[in-house]
Amino acid sequence: MTTALIEAVDVSRRFSRKLDYAEKIANLFGAGLEEKTVHAVDEVNLAVYPGEVVGLVGESGCGKSTLGRVMAGIMPTSGGEVRWQGKALTSLEGAEKRSMRLSAQMIFQDPMSTLNPRKKVIDLIGEAPKVHGIVKGREMRDYVASLAERVGLDATYLDRYPHQFSGGQRQRIGIARALAVKPKLLVCDESVAALDVSIQAQILNLFMDLKREFGLTYLFISHDLGVVKHICDRVVVMYLGRVVESATPDELFDNPKHPYTQALIRELPSVTDRRRVFTPIKGEIPSPLHPPPGCHFHPRCPMAFDRCRVERPALKQNSAGHVSACHLNDLPANEIKNVAAEPAI
Amino acid sequence: MTPVLDVKNLSTHFMTRRGVLKAVDDVSFTVGQREIVGLVGESGSGKSITGFSILGLVDPPGRVVSGQILFNGEDLLKMPPTAMRTIRGKRIAMIFQDPMMTLNPVLSVGTQMVETVLAHDKVSRAEARQRSRDALGLVGIPSPEERLDSYPHQFSGGMRQRVAIAIALLHRPDLIIADEPTTALDVTIQSQILFEIKRLAGEFGMALIWISHDLGVVAALADRIMVMYAGKIVEAGQVDGVLTEPRHPYTSGLLSAVPAAVPRGEPLRPIPGFAPSPLSRPSGCAFRDRCARATEICATEPMLEIAADREFRCFHPHLGRAA
Ligand SMILES: Nc1ncnc2c1ncn2[C@@H]1O[C@H](COP(=O)(O)OP(=O)(O)OP(=O)(O)O)[C@@H](O)[C@H]1O
Ligand SMILES: Nc1ncnc2c1ncn2[C@@H]1O[C@H](COP(=O)(O)OP(=O)(O)OP(=O)(O)O)[C@@H](O)[C@H]1O
Ligand code: SF4
Ligand code: SF4
Ligand SMILES: [Mg+2]
Ligand SMILES: [Mg+2]
Repeated sequence: MTTALIEAVDVSRRFSRKLDYAEKIANLFGAGLEEKTVHAVDEVNLAVYPGEVVGLVGESGCGKSTLGRVMAGIMPTSGGEVRWQGKALTSLEGAEKRSMRLSAQMIFQDPMSTLNPRKKVIDLIGEAPKVHGIVKGREMRDYVASLAERVGLDATYLDRYPHQFSGGQRQRIGIARALAVKPKLLVCDESVAALDVSIQAQILNLFMDLKREFGLTYLFISHDLGVVKHICDRVVVMYLGRVVESATPDELFDNPKHPYTQALIRELPSVTDRRRVFTPIKGEIPSPLHPPPGCHFHPRCPMAFDRCRVERPALKQNSAGHVSACHLNDLPANEIKNVAAEPAI
Repeated sequence: MTPVLDVKNLSTHFMTRRGVLKAVDDVSFTVGQREIVGLVGESGSGKSITGFSILGLVDPPGRVVSGQILFNGEDLLKMPPTAMRTIRGKRIAMIFQDPMMTLNPVLSVGTQMVETVLAHDKVSRAEARQRSRDALGLVGIPSPEERLDSYPHQFSGGMRQRVAIAIALLHRPDLIIADEPTTALDVTIQSQILFEIKRLAGEFGMALIWISHDLGVVAALADRIMVMYAGKIVEAGQVDGVLTEPRHPYTSGLLSAVPAAVPRGEPLRPIPGFAPSPLSRPSGCAFRDRCARATEICATEPMLEIAADREFRCFHPHLGRAA
């Protein structure tokens, strides 16, 4: 068996908001305020093999970007470990560490918040490859121009600043910047969301070409299930910090097992099927500040039964390469119908 | 019925060192009361700048160089800045493409929302906070009361987008210009927000300009669609018609580029070539370098053709169903 290029092993990431001064004083008087902790990522296992394109989908706020950052090695874990080619990131040192840093690149969701507004595009894209000796100083402009062309940016724009670009143009600056250091792993966080469908098609074709030519590996975070279905080898669905299902796109779209995945697929908007009514999932979106006990999805799940409210479902294999975390997996098919017939409380 | 918004021959240019960049080039359209208009098009074609022009937010070296923007019959371009400030936020709201343009990183979300309410309405702080909390709930932010005390960086990308939507809804404006407000949201939340927005539009008589790249979302949400290319609206009409029988080759090119148009894993079909640099667009139809139907006449400017419920600018439009 090949070693994963990047692997998350029981990875958790929590954010806590410390009590402020006033709250601490209030506590002296018995207010009983507690630190608030968000479990953005909760014991996630995920391996991405060389040359694989793994899609990561899930509700807004479920922890996709956080998991992406942790796996790109730019955010520490609060539990578990991330392994690069089998070695814990925390154990890497010196040249190995530098090489990993360069080999794993992330394309960020908000391009504006990661592009230094005082730098010209030529430097934003060209600085890192120059510093790391990927190109010589005097070849930098040509190198950047050829990258710009591949992502569909006009090379005459290279001396402009980020604010002079449209949203989609900025997103392409971010893509060119990540590609400039010749990475092995790209973590793409909503990287084509702000692009018109024609440029989106062009970038996705570029991603697929790079995979073929150089064996580039992708963790592809996107809410756009049409795109995910098209380019991914495997799709992982998250809900409130946990992985709830993972399968090949064909399996996942034709035969979703987890009720949340089923809802996602049902809501998929399409050009041909014009729905005028929306049937959002019922129930309040749970807060990662107070995740519900048991299965995180139970307050909104039409199939929930008693066990769901107390016990966390483990990931189980449904068929080769298809796993899901739902207690229905333990019930025989005929009983599932009975459960569904009971009104969810 | 007078339209809420009537834009006539709007042109917005950036005076750059390399020349005049015609970001918006002679654009005309109307938005009726309660109407939802989808605005799609090429990246960099001028969609956001059209929105900025309506709100008077174009900064130098950019400038609205000609046209009229009639809002309930009044020309916004002739309005003094103080009057414009009252309209902005209160009667026309914009949800920006990048939520960090709306959100101040150093203030808690609650403070920002309360200030927004108080800027236009004389209500108590408590009431303003109540309204803010309700607005957050409306866009599906869990634990809205606690989240009011959070700072923007403590939210996920999609949650920031929803906060920006909530802020736009605070004053129940007559017109909302939403610039890709749901690009970072998963489909279940997207559909919840679309559902709420549609309901609010109907209930409070809000009209909406919805800028998006997601043709599926526009198909589901909008009444009418406008397609922009290189600073111009090249096609407009009822959503059903435009998406099933596009007339303009750019529109049909877009529809062929969606992933669903080819079998899984096969190369997608982008429109060949690149959008022309806005500083050196070809004469005549700006799409002609990339258009399979182009002929000599396309080097002259195609006029706006208006046919039952459809407008387009093209000498050789597709007729009947697109291939
Ligand atoms: N401050 C500026 N200075 C110079 N040019 C600008 C400035 N802001 C925008 N532009 C240019 O104006 C054109 C229109 O930009 P706009 O932001 O309206 O595009 P858009 O249609 O919203 O694209 P996207 O879908 O990528 O957001 C682009 O070519 C852009 O580069
Ligand atoms: N720096 C931070 N401080 C506090 N909380 C944070 C921080 N970053 C993220 N969070 C919280 O962690 C949770 C997961 O956020 P994350 O950005 O990973 O979500 P996401 O799945 O990428 O969502 P989206 O699709 O909306 O981008 C959210 O509840 C968010 O509020
Ligand atoms: S475990 Fe229970 S609540 Fe969770 S998804 Fe399965 S049926 Fe629904
Ligand atoms: S006017 Fe000519 S070049 Fe332009 S879209 Fe029509 S056929 Fe193509
Ligand atoms: Mg995110
Ligand atoms: Mg824009």
